[in-house]
Amino acid sequence: MPTIRFTATLARHRAVRDITADGTTVRAVLDAGLADDPVLRAYVLDDQGRLRKHINIFVDGAMVADRMRLSDPVIPESEIYILQALSGG
Amino acid sequence: MNTLWVASRKGLFRFDAGSGFTQSAPPAHLAAPVTAVLQDPRDGTVYAALSHGHFGCKLHRSDDGGATWVELPAPAYPASDAADAPTLEMIWTITPGAADQPGTIWAGTIPGGLFRSDDRGQSWALNMALWDQPSRPDWFGGGYDHAGIHSIIIDPRDSQRMLIGISCAGCWITTDGGTSWALGGTGMRADYLPEARAYDPLGQDPHLLAASPANPDRIWCQHHCGIYVSDDFGRNFREVSQNAAPSAFGFGVASHPQRPDTAFFVPAVKDEARIPVDGKLVVTRTDDGGASFVAIDRGLPQGPAWDLIYRHALAIDATGERLAMGSTTGNLWLSQDGGAGWRLLSGHLPPIAQVAFA
Repeated sequence: MPTIRFTATLARHRAVRDITADGTTVRAVLDAGLADDPVLRAYVLDDQGRLRKHINIFVDGAMVADRMRLSDPVIPESEIYILQALSGG
Repeated sequence: MNTLWVASRKGLFRFDAGSGFTQSAPPAHLAAPVTAVLQDPRDGTVYAALSHGHFGCKLHRSDDGGATWVELPAPAYPASDAADAPTLEMIWTITPGAADQPGTIWAGTIPGGLFRSDDRGQSWALNMALWDQPSRPDWFGGGYDHAGIHSIIIDPRDSQRMLIGISCAGCWITTDGGTSWALGGTGMRADYLPEARAYDPLGQDPHLLAASPANPDRIWCQHHCGIYVSDDFGRNFREVSQNAAPSAFGFGVASHPQRPDTAFFVPAVKDEARIPVDGKLVVTRTDDGGASFVAIDRGLPQGPAWDLIYRHALAIDATGERLAMGSTTGNLWLSQDGGAGWRLLSGHLPPIAQVAFA
């Protein structure tokens, strides 16, 4: 299963650990992996489920292309890395 | 009213009378922008709204006076397929419900949503009657990208009567607890609009509304274009700017708890020059319903000073003897003689968004 990893910066605000979850897109993995922690989900996604303006996601080292729908594909070995952008503060 | 909360760009600070209004506890949420604070007078609960640059707007609650906090789900806008579907951009104010509504709190937000919680902030619902107003596409931002609710006033005689202020969509009134809304604010003038629309109540930018606790129908307003007063809970206003020297431009207003004709303001030059007139910081006070104003400078910097007081950063306590104000320059002042003289409590705080007595 793909693994979701979080920037250490987020740990200041919210307890985070690596999460594994099923899915073939970034959206599917995040929906599954963050389903039981909506407060943590809201640190990454906005009210509409879009990637927050000043958050970046890298999948296996490449920045996601679809920030709105997060349709970027993932494979079972993928690492989804969530980190803050340098914009936004 | 022995605690003073200071919400700042880099944390929440607590000052207590018992320690001479020094900081009596470590800062909370240090380094995070705190956009609003409320210590609920009904049960002592403290709420703090944060706006993380990267991670979004958050809400935290403390049941022990700010020593420990739990994070709550923040108010969220309903899902929508629209390309510009809304998301929470700022919690601008948190207001307690009426005495007969224990556990109810309200949040005014950018981009213009009014939220209600009936469980001490654990869950929130957007007030759809206001959000779905046909005029909402004409609401516009004042200082921010989108419109926002900064003032929420509940009539202490009837909790179904509420008045809210929106920058920029004027003053809205409900008499049925938010089931329906009507536009108030008749008489306000917007000199930033085309002349033919200057008196359109929808286009107004009331920077802050403040009700008189002694006479809830008396509403004071520091507007983008002047100072106004209402005697019918915000339906109609009359302008009293002409009497306010050195300026009628500003953001904050504080209404005296016992004297409806007394209110305080902090003037700045004008909208395109948000600094004290002549570099001298003063507080203005009217004691006669706006017929005249006096400028108070005792204890305040008389130049050059460039402090601006944000709309929620001037407060008066329930006795009317204590006032506080904090500036974007990070200066915090206290008055303990009804605003006649001021004392600098700190000159080294981050930019201050709100001061609040509890």
